[in-house]
Amino acid sequence: MRGVLKGFALTAGFGGALGICISLAIAQAPPSERKSGFEFMSPESQATQQDDFSNPGMLWVAEGEALWNAKAGATGRSCAECHGDAAVSMKGVAARYPVFFAGSGRPIDLQSRINVCRKTNQDTTPFPLESRELLALSAFIGRQSRGMPITTGEDKRLDPFRARGQELYEQRQGQLNFSCANCHDNNWGRRLASSVIPQSHPTGYPLYRLEWQGLGSLQRRLRNCMIGVRAEPYPYGSQEYVELELFLMTRAMGMPLETPAVRP
Amino acid sequence: MARALINVPAKAKRGDIIEIKALISHPMETGYRTGTDGALVPRDIINRFICTYNGEEIFSADLFPAIAANPFFSFTTTATESGRIAFRWIDDRGQAYLETAEIAVE
Repeated sequence: MRGVLKGFALTAGFGGALGICISLAIAQAPPSERKSGFEFMSPESQATQQDDFSNPGMLWVAEGEALWNAKAGATGRSCAECHGDAAVSMKGVAARYPVFFAGSGRPIDLQSRINVCRKTNQDTTPFPLESRELLALSAFIGRQSRGMPITTGEDKRLDPFRARGQELYEQRQGQLNFSCANCHDNNWGRRLASSVIPQSHPTGYPLYRLEWQGLGSLQRRLRNCMIGVRAEPYPYGSQEYVELELFLMTRAMGMPLETPAVRP
Repeated sequence: MARALINVPAKAKRGDIIEIKALISHPMETGYRTGTDGALVPRDIINRFICTYNGEEIFSADLFPAIAANPFFSFTTTATESGRIAFRWIDDRGQAYLETAEIAVE
């Protein structure tokens, strides 16, 4: 049953020396209290994100723009030859991903959708998931929707997949036996070691994490959390990740897209 | 492969203090990390950054392995005359990456 896990106290030992006690009751923040990870950052990190000349994610956006205009594959076509000016054709696109993809009868995320285009329309090999090129193109496309409200999940065909994403979000896993919701719904705003726990609203992916010293996707971030609770991460591109992405983006519906965001 | 983003105001009044920003894409590999084979990944950092204004050096810095990837510099100078502001990043292999920007001073 969604909503209640009452009166439960959990003690997790860190390094055998420290212990924390957290009382758990799943409760997603109401829409009026939804916050982007941006709001949990230091003013310095916020300033880094807001200035396009200091936001390192813009390096990937610039690379993505070059790839957008580069001819590729056996057909010798660039993205721009079909799609034209990305500022027009890609406006709002990233804000609605993952979308339902009729070709597979499943939701698909932006990175995989770019690869479908590479394979079918450019007749060339897809970029490996999480490769610099694919992140660059995703960041460039995402940048075209910056500031626009997230609209993911409006398509009714996505409902069963979103429900599975929610199940995964609320399912305990790993040696520490935590669900995503245990931290991000129940304890947001508090600290895990020195880091503030944000609400899980993925408003800025792909984003530049200072910890990564690079750009990464939401799937990479989900892997981080899974390793954190000592669960075995799914492989990149797995259906589970796409369903989680879909659920998380739907929760963030209406919030402005920040791609490329900066996070600690 | 390096790619840089620089920001120099296109126009300024003589005597104005202008802010210059320079961000470059670089892994800044420290030389202390091991790869999947257990061997050390060779050091590969940008170790020098120089900015010149019509040929005269106005800012330079030595960089070390503790500096994060994609180093970012922000500094100020006085707009004295129209001309070219040039940026040069030099890495451990001796390769230099160059960028320039024009400024009009009235």
